[in-house]
Amino acid sequence: MDRKVTLAVHKFSSCDGCQLALLNMGTTLVELAERVEVKHFAEAGVLEEDAQVDVALVEGSVVTAADEQRIQRVRNNSKYLITMGACATSGGIQALKNLAEDPESWTAQIYPQPEFIDSLERSSAIKAYVEVDFELWGCPINSQQITAVVTQLLSGVVPWDDREKLCIECKRRGHVCTLITQDAPCMGPVTRNGCGALCPAFGRACYGCYGDASLPNHSGLAVRFNGLGLLPKQVEQRFTLIHPDPDARLPIGNSDKQRHREGQADE
Amino acid sequence: MSKRKITIDVPSLARVEGEGALHLKIEQGALQYLQFKIYEPPRFFEKFLEGRHYTEVPDVVARICGICPVAYQVSAVNALESLFEVELTPWIKQMRRLLYCGEWIQSHSLHVHLLALPDYFAEDSVLGLAAKYPEEVKRGFAIQEAGNRLIKFLGGRSVHPVGLQVGGFHKAPSREAAAELLEYIELVLPDAVAMAEWVAAVPLPDDQQDFNAVALTCEDYPFEAGRLKSDSGLDLAENQYEDHFKEQQSPHSTALWSLLEGDDYLVGPLARLNLNVESLPPFLSELLAKLGNPFPSCNMFHSMLARAVEVCFALYQSAEILKQYQMPDSPSVPVNVKPGIGCGWSEAPRGLLWHRYEVDKNGTILAAKIVPPTSQNQARIEKDLTQSLQKFGFDRPDQELRLHSEKVIRNYDPCISCATHFLSLTTERSS
Repeated sequence: MDRKVTLAVHKFSSCDGCQLALLNMGTTLVELAERVEVKHFAEAGVLEEDAQVDVALVEGSVVTAADEQRIQRVRNNSKYLITMGACATSGGIQALKNLAEDPESWTAQIYPQPEFIDSLERSSAIKAYVEVDFELWGCPINSQQITAVVTQLLSGVVPWDDREKLCIECKRRGHVCTLITQDAPCMGPVTRNGCGALCPAFGRACYGCYGDASLPNHSGLAVRFNGLGLLPKQVEQRFTLIHPDPDARLPIGNSDKQRHREGQADE
Repeated sequence: MSKRKITIDVPSLARVEGEGALHLKIEQGALQYLQFKIYEPPRFFEKFLEGRHYTEVPDVVARICGICPVAYQVSAVNALESLFEVELTPWIKQMRRLLYCGEWIQSHSLHVHLLALPDYFAEDSVLGLAAKYPEEVKRGFAIQEAGNRLIKFLGGRSVHPVGLQVGGFHKAPSREAAAELLEYIELVLPDAVAMAEWVAAVPLPDDQQDFNAVALTCEDYPFEAGRLKSDSGLDLAENQYEDHFKEQQSPHSTALWSLLEGDDYLVGPLARLNLNVESLPPFLSELLAKLGNPFPSCNMFHSMLARAVEVCFALYQSAEILKQYQMPDSPSVPVNVKPGIGCGWSEAPRGLLWHRYEVDKNGTILAAKIVPPTSQNQARIEKDLTQSLQKFGFDRPDQELRLHSEKVIRNYDPCISCATHFLSLTTERSS
């Protein structure tokens, strides 16, 4: 490759926390900028929203009509599109709105003049609108996830999607099981590892920041939570905090397409 | 007087957290129209909290802002603990303060180096600044890292940390971890002082403005507690906030505006330092004296120096707390749920953050209200822009006017993600 790989960071509806995975990298950020050319990253001060890039990192979910159009432009301008974090990947915590009975009334309940507010009834994952090539799960994602995927792409390797369960990491680290010893409703048995089993390390139950692991046995765990004394509504709330939208919980899985696009990014 | 017509349109502001825009129109040397527009879409957090158990609140409200999750968690637990009449141990109080120090250090260092300073060295981003001043930027990253390490010490990770709970913490860190952290903090503190000296030497516009500073005050500089004071003589407790502050909607913004007795006011580092400059430790008073102490200052451009001074203070405070660190008997105290309404606040990096929760006898949240710093500063930002641009002079080239406007806005470090993420559910506003 005789030119630098180009990169853009786009923000949709979010808390900005996943962009911090880049902004908190310290000197690694400066080193990264030596290996790739950053074309757009508004929070860092680099502005060229409509630049054609090899890799786009997208944070946040789509919740406005204007953003429904913008995500199409981002897709058209990018060879390889990666979602960063829960909001972009599954619609995020704000997709709790999708489960509400009357989300259309929320704007009016909050704003005296709702007609000025551009807000769709749903908070949608990026994959609901455009094809996504790779997903970084997590609320928030961490810097290692970004450096891993960028390094893999720069090396011409298909990024590895690790969907191992949190329980396995928790056992490797030797933490005491909160589900067994405290009767705590731990989401570890169905949650994807990525945080390093942080909550069990703090003696508390996992609450599912990283979304579903491979082959999650939701119904089995729900029965276990019933057995701990949780009411059906409490069980439902446990499963619908960070990734509440059932339509967006499944990871993208078309590895052939991913490989195809990987080839394009590498040209 | 110039007769030209100027329209300046910054459709997407760079180096702010979230999505904002500025529109201004000048005709015949007079400002016709100015809007600081927040178009970040609303996320309705106050609605999500309804029907959730109080124990989930710290994890939910953290998601409002990736840059100041600790502020949201601390204001929330303050509100709930005041309702439940929880008596915290001295260890818990110290650790809350330590956790908060971490967030100020992280957020302020990020703002000074990545968001604010590039303006003053004619650079678009920290990457350009790093090419000109590699050692200074590297030092800035090292300071920012101290903040991240402090939050990780008590919360496991620096964004959406998991250590805090109503009644205390989930776990007490080990003495070894505390000793290791102290070593790093003591290494970085002189760097922070050098950073403050560097920031103080940056030539700044002299833009004196008349504003009402509002901040918590206490004996040893406010983070997680204090009484609310102002230049105008306020002296309030948490539950008196709504008697004086009201929110209203502006058509061009998804953030509600908060007004104090109908007027704009200032929250954030400059307001805080102006009202608490007497409570700094001697080494910082001496440093400020050496730098020609401008505080209390009416120049909003001193906000960057105020952040640098607060970074020094937070590092000093962290070291003092870590030197005394002992393992507690328990990292939390028992909580007995009481139904009712609880209010709580704290000084987020960008200023006062006030929460109110209504809770039933089972500990379920019935209603929530959150007033973030940026919606409190929004009226002030527009007024500041109007005055500051007038003084700067409309005869300047468009590019200079645009850059000056952006500098003025960045003085407030607006966190637009926060500003839109909760608005009041009450409708007691003017139509």
